[in-house]
Amino acid sequence: MSTPRAIVLRAPGTNCDEETVAAWQLAGADVETWHVGRLLEEPAGLDRFQILTIPGGFSYGDDLGAGRILATRLGHALGDSLHRFRDRGGLIAGICNGFQVLVRCGLLPGGAGEGRATLTNNDSGRFEARWVRLVPSPGLSPFIAFREPIELPVAHGEGKFLMADDAAVDGLDARGQIVLKYADDRGIPTRDYPDNPNGSAGAAAAVCDPTGRIFGLMPHPERHVRAIDHPRWTRHVGDLPKEGQGLQIFRGAVDALR
Amino acid sequence: MLWHLEIRPAPGRPDLAGLRLAHEAADIGIAGPWHLAVSRGFLIEGPLGRDAVDRAARQVLVDPVVEAYAIHPGGDGQGGDRHGNGSGGAVVHVLPKAGVTDPEAESALGLLRDLGYEVVEVRTIRTYHIDGPAEERRRLIDRLLANEAVEQVIVGPLPFDHLGQGHDYDFRLVTIPIRSMDDRGLVEASRAGQLSLSLAEMKAIQAHFTALGRDPTDCELETLAQTWSEHCSHKTLKGRIEFEGRTIDNLLKQTIFEATRSLDLDWLVSVFSDNAGVVRFDDEFDVCFKVETHNHPSAIDPYGGSNTGIGGVIRDALGTGLGSRPICNTDVFCVAPTDMPPEQIPAGVLHPRRVLKGVVAGVRDYGNRMGIPTVNGALAVDPGYLANPLVFCGTVGVIPRGMAFKKVEPGDRIIAIGGRTGRDGIHGATFSSLELTSESESISGGAVQIGNAITEKMVQDVVIQARDRGLFHAITDCGAGGFSSAVGEMGEKLGAAVDLERAPLKYRGLSYTEIWISEAQERMVLAVPPESWPELRRLCEAEHVEATDLGEFVPTGRLTLRYHGEVVADLSMEFLHDGRPAVVRSATFTPMPAVPLEAPIKADYTGDLMALLGHWDVCSKEWIVRQYDHEVQGRTVVKPLVGIHDDGPGDASVILPVRGSNRGLAVSCGINPRYGRLDPYAMAACVIDEAIRNCVAVGADPGRIALLDNFCWGSTDRPETLGSLVLAARACHDLSLAYRAPFISGKDSLNNEYSHDGKSLAIPPTLLISAIGQVPDVRRCVTMDLKEPGNVLVIVGTTLDELGGSLWAHTLGMEGGAVPGVDPEAGAAIFRAIHEAICRGLIRSCHDLSEGGLAVALAEMAIAGGLGASASLRDVPCDDSAAKDGVLLFSESPSRFLLEVRPADYDALAALLGVIPMGRLGEVRGAAPGESPRLSIAGLDRIPVVDAPVPDLKDAWQRTLKW
Repeated sequence: MSTPRAIVLRAPGTNCDEETVAAWQLAGADVETWHVGRLLEEPAGLDRFQILTIPGGFSYGDDLGAGRILATRLGHALGDSLHRFRDRGGLIAGICNGFQVLVRCGLLPGGAGEGRATLTNNDSGRFEARWVRLVPSPGLSPFIAFREPIELPVAHGEGKFLMADDAAVDGLDARGQIVLKYADDRGIPTRDYPDNPNGSAGAAAAVCDPTGRIFGLMPHPERHVRAIDHPRWTRHVGDLPKEGQGLQIFRGAVDALR
Repeated sequence: MLWHLEIRPAPGRPDLAGLRLAHEAADIGIAGPWHLAVSRGFLIEGPLGRDAVDRAARQVLVDPVVEAYAIHPGGDGQGGDRHGNGSGGAVVHVLPKAGVTDPEAESALGLLRDLGYEVVEVRTIRTYHIDGPAEERRRLIDRLLANEAVEQVIVGPLPFDHLGQGHDYDFRLVTIPIRSMDDRGLVEASRAGQLSLSLAEMKAIQAHFTALGRDPTDCELETLAQTWSEHCSHKTLKGRIEFEGRTIDNLLKQTIFEATRSLDLDWLVSVFSDNAGVVRFDDEFDVCFKVETHNHPSAIDPYGGSNTGIGGVIRDALGTGLGSRPICNTDVFCVAPTDMPPEQIPAGVLHPRRVLKGVVAGVRDYGNRMGIPTVNGALAVDPGYLANPLVFCGTVGVIPRGMAFKKVEPGDRIIAIGGRTGRDGIHGATFSSLELTSESESISGGAVQIGNAITEKMVQDVVIQARDRGLFHAITDCGAGGFSSAVGEMGEKLGAAVDLERAPLKYRGLSYTEIWISEAQERMVLAVPPESWPELRRLCEAEHVEATDLGEFVPTGRLTLRYHGEVVADLSMEFLHDGRPAVVRSATFTPMPAVPLEAPIKADYTGDLMALLGHWDVCSKEWIVRQYDHEVQGRTVVKPLVGIHDDGPGDASVILPVRGSNRGLAVSCGINPRYGRLDPYAMAACVIDEAIRNCVAVGADPGRIALLDNFCWGSTDRPETLGSLVLAARACHDLSLAYRAPFISGKDSLNNEYSHDGKSLAIPPTLLISAIGQVPDVRRCVTMDLKEPGNVLVIVGTTLDELGGSLWAHTLGMEGGAVPGVDPEAGAAIFRAIHEAICRGLIRSCHDLSEGGLAVALAEMAIAGGLGASASLRDVPCDDSAAKDGVLLFSESPSRFLLEVRPADYDALAALLGVIPMGRLGEVRGAAPGESPRLSIAGLDRIPVVDAPVPDLKDAWQRTLKW
């Protein structure tokens, strides 16, 4: 089995690159971090990798809207390379700000006639950090290869997933592209605050393209790779779990490429 | 051509900003009803047509899924009622004043140019379409829509058709004829120049220049004023103080430094000598910690003030040793009650609600953007903070061992990296050393800076890489005083020559002096050996960070500044750093007369408990905490919010400084202005005890806790005020020794007074103690939420009748009583025992007792755990005089903890505690079927004195700050 190679793309204002690298390493990938400037200079560098990650943060300060400037720069210079990367079997993951970038440059939800999506201001009107419960829809995306609900933290001000109308969101859901949904304590997907922290349509927390290979989510799986990352681990009775639930997302990608 | 691109929520999308503002207006009593429609937008200048602006809007400036836009030519005289609703309402535009940092506009300009648009200048603008009573409109604008310290307000159509780009500066060397001035002239020169220099200091400068046979330039005088300012030199606390017939030569040296020196601990690396104090963490890494205040700027512009406050302290960590990596932030705010009636707010003072919202948003936006988790903080509310809110921001950094020291070498280049220099923050250092007045808002607008966190993040990315490649010998941040203090400090032992015209500017027109003292944010100065400069420059280019060679560190002993070759300042480093005449002040202290406090005897204290839970100092801070990213970097293993619903008040957060290791760092604080008013010594002792016990409660080793002090006081020109500070400093000395907890860094902010109508309003003496404690293995950490029904509740420590300054006394309006006193011998034994019990896994939950005493602590544990509890006051170890229900419930005696223990572990715990006073108080209870869990506390005569459903307690605790 070969070890998949992951590239973590860093831009001015990216700030979750280190823990994202750590998560890929725990999941068994070889990782390099590249500044976006370097990739723009040598786009062929992508050929050496099978997984591209755009981590969280505030790329270019989120000026002009979250992820907008990085999306514009990437789309302008690398749009075709990214499509080729996916078409040769590469996996692309955008976490939080990275998800915003993938949506803004049109890679998500992707596909012909999908219509445009956006990630806009939370209904609460402010940045919020909190833990959420997520139910998976496995099948389409290698990143989601588990069936049990997981808990991850969100930390964002602009995470409300919207499309031009709710029918478009239903279509996305029907095709299995809404791969993680915000859920209440009974595991039922919800649009209600705070279980759905931003008011996303279709309770969408994570979305993939029609191939499943491009994947973006607002919650931070890289912040739940150890049991002690969980906010209630001190309440646990008996031995702690061996690892955090977010690691499954990284493992899914690595396993699919092996 | 100037275009105004106005961006609104698309039809059918809610105008959340407008709704929120209308709501806020009602909250702060600006009579409505208001209907507010809010647009964001850009002013775009350049030789481009409407179609190009339209393309740019659709391509990058507008979100077409949720937004709509309109394009107006600037200066077209329109803008009165563009949306044509015929309501006759007003249109109000708000934009940053010329010269104020506008990061989003800078980004837009850069991106539009990259995409090929012909754009010369961009500025952001907000537009409000207002319907509401015209006579209240001005108040609405002033109090809610704009801050005229940094923003320009235009009512009606935009009156201009281009954006000013500033004027060129014509060089003219300015000298101040100080040699010929009499005393009055010297005082006036200091005042007019906003130098904040005393007559004695002006005279020393006069004598120096008289001996030289020339007058100083404006730049030389400014440099002296910056370096000698209270803010930079701490001349009061390091000066001579006459107190109780004795002379204290240097208060800091004789109290706080002295304790650290005599403890002589082998895990201290660098204390009181650098931007932050450094302690050893493990075999490979040290950690550093610094806490700063940013009070005066926050009084004028809460958002900008706290924003640059956190930005500044992050740079302190970044500039410590050869550069540390920031791993967490802290913030503490002191404000007046936010429900204060608007008519009680004096002129020139912002409403406390606006202050609190602004300072929270400022810390949020900077810390979150930098990607540094904000993990600990506090809120203290007292009317004394009305005109002088306090904003404390702290940063912890991690630094590889062996990199905690720096040394500038002759020949090193003086390299500035990061943001450009503008007029931001001119006179910040001298301004922060002044009293505020009702005019401060207008005269000191320049003292307010606006931050750009992403620039600082980029600087951080460069600094850490350059450090690891060994590209510089020394580094420091540009804080108060700008280049003046950064270069002045770095070159103190050597000398420096600077060519000021090389500094990259934000806009034209800055004089040489403005360049030198500007406090523009996000700048660092590095001492770079000439052979490393090319590599550093390449690194900076790759990271898109501007780097400029400003000059050279030279072994002349002089600070020489040139502007296009003309010498504009030439000072001896010796005079600059050692020429300031010692400040001599006198201090007195008259203890408050002892007045006994007769606590009321009640049959039921449930209502009292509810009131305490809802008080500002105790209530849930979730509204604040959730706005901060407290988990970025993936290090936070004990969060600020804990418990079954992630909403209980943790005692301290724990982070993992080193990835892959389970050794942790607990971060906590202690503050109590109510005690400060009554007994400054006892206050200082209590807040030290509190900071330490918060750390110990989660699992920190009491033998490895380091402390920071931040003194915020009123005017120390008044002997009484200075006397209270002397006593607080002595308590720091005594408690530091007794607890073997060294101080490693500190900062003071004096003159927190506001004068208005001839009256002076001073803050209560406020000492913030911040602590970092080391946790041997974070997997042993405990949190304060109750875990399982049936577990035993244990109180540790003795309760005394110490209600003076207590929150209970305060909420009942009771005066007098004794402020709690710390018995450090007993406290140290308790801390060690608690730590041992945590390490052995004997404790399920642990909470410290502080404001509101036992009753509040137990209620908080129940609220956080979603469980009930029953307890008896008969089992509280206490002094005879304290044997009253009210005292046992609410006294705030220090060094006490409440523990939850499994029944099977109780005997082991009791054996471990030995002779330490403890009481088996009761047990954790689940809810009865179909009911809510209850908190029930039986009084000394066995009858319940507190009894309430836990959800009701939680509601009282959460309601206050549910904004």
